[in-house]
Amino acid sequence: MIHVLAFYLFAVMTIASGAITILSRNPVHSVLWLILAFFNAAGLMVLAGAEFIAMLLVIVYVGAVAVLFLFVVMMLDIDFAELRAGFVRYMPFGALVAVVLLCEMVLGIGAYRAGNLKLGTPDGTAATPVGASNIEAIGALLYSRYLFLFEAAGLILLVAMIGAIVLTHRQRSDTRGQNISKQVARRPDEATVNVKPEVGQGVTL
Amino acid sequence: MTELFQSLGLNHDWAWGLSTVAGILLIALPLMLAVAMIIYVDRKIWAAMALRKGPNVVGPFGLLQSFADGLKVFLQETIVPSAANKGIFLIAPVVTFTVALMAWAVIPFSDVAILSNINVGLLYILAISSLGVYGTVMAGWASNSKYPFFSAMRASAQMISYEVSIGFILICVVLWAGSFNLNDIVMAQKGHGLGMVNAFGFNLLLFPMWVMFLISGMAETQRAPFDLTEAESELVAGYQTEYSSMAFAAYWLGEYANVLLMCALNAVLFWGGWLPPLDIDVLYLPYGLNILWLLAKIFFFFFVFSWVKATVPRYRYDQLMRLGWKVFLPVSLLFVVLVSGYLMATGHFA
Repeated sequence: MIHVLAFYLFAVMTIASGAITILSRNPVHSVLWLILAFFNAAGLMVLAGAEFIAMLLVIVYVGAVAVLFLFVVMMLDIDFAELRAGFVRYMPFGALVAVVLLCEMVLGIGAYRAGNLKLGTPDGTAATPVGASNIEAIGALLYSRYLFLFEAAGLILLVAMIGAIVLTHRQRSDTRGQNISKQVARRPDEATVNVKPEVGQGVTL
Repeated sequence: MTELFQSLGLNHDWAWGLSTVAGILLIALPLMLAVAMIIYVDRKIWAAMALRKGPNVVGPFGLLQSFADGLKVFLQETIVPSAANKGIFLIAPVVTFTVALMAWAVIPFSDVAILSNINVGLLYILAISSLGVYGTVMAGWASNSKYPFFSAMRASAQMISYEVSIGFILICVVLWAGSFNLNDIVMAQKGHGLGMVNAFGFNLLLFPMWVMFLISGMAETQRAPFDLTEAESELVAGYQTEYSSMAFAAYWLGEYANVLLMCALNAVLFWGGWLPPLDIDVLYLPYGLNILWLLAKIFFFFFVFSWVKATVPRYRYDQLMRLGWKVFLPVSLLFVVLVSGYLMATGHFA
């Protein structure tokens, strides 16, 4: 009973917040609704018994990706009148994307009605092995059968990350950075000198 | 507890629902009381370190100070700035407060007293703590005022930076315990040190991780010396500048509930949780009273947090970022390799 209630709650919230994400005028509101959609999708994952994926969804998408979205969107200075001005010009492209999405949905529903995909087990259900928790099952698969693909994905991400850093990093010569280890290594006797000048005479530094 | 309600003649669904609600109340209400008292403790400790008396007027020894403050805040007018984004402005403190309470659901208070004993307990805590930043960011943006906005920018960058190294530190603990379940992690620490000491903390490979976890925890909860988000010398009061009345109080309570949570995590992950410090039969208390060991550890770590706040000056923002990305991240990554290498070499996983 409570499963059904929870499912409809999460599903309705996911769809509704997804719709409001697109419809809301203010981009910051959009991002916040998107976060709610992620969160409810995580709830659906929990109901499906994939608690590990659910937690990862929250940690990665809500905890990191959406924060960065929000970080960028908050700093935009958006003129709403100007945003709506290009509506006619972008209409054809928008319609194209909509048609592609519609085709995908029709195909998806067709594939769903055609029957289960032959995945892990003969009857098509990707059941967790008995006696192993979700995490153990995923870990055992990732680090044995899919080890090469997993490592390759990691490598690609690493290359992408280094590429982004290389592209955006610029060396500036006009700023004086702080050399922390040099500062910490400084001792009083090399930083100060004790001088006793004669009366009436100055000090040369 | 479900069985107790079932024995009163309820069917399973209702008994489960009632026992869950009762469990939530059993955690949330004492937690609120604990937060009120710990604010008093915090102020007393700072006062003692600055050779002052601290709160000593309201009630005996000033014990009722927090309640007096609460009453005062409760009676204040709620002011919403006219240029603020009203909805988000009012939701933001609710988010902070709710998130601060949510993570307590998976903390094991003793061997049986745990609201939700889930497999992914530690990941749940990581997920919830990554939600905490939204309260701050939403407040900063919705206030439509420049100091709160700077504070929100700082908060989001700071939280993301330190969560990365916290993640790696937790991986080390999980590798050693072999589980994400917090109760299993506690049990894995039984007799860990020389078959006597119930703690991961004395392990030479995990001790540096604990030090980094303590410091990252201070940064994650935005406590001094990392309270850049409310640096009063630069940002008035940071994201809370425009808040008054109960909305302000919600931030206040949420902040301290988060600090207590970090103390609890220190105790659970590195210092044996509800286990007594030494693995001796006499020290295991009967009737679920082992919770007292956990509370004592939480209190000790809270003293450390307060001690640091009273003595360490605030970091500059670039120093904070440097510490997170250039010191903690490489060192914690190195320790993931060291810990997993050691465990492989000694056949821990066999």
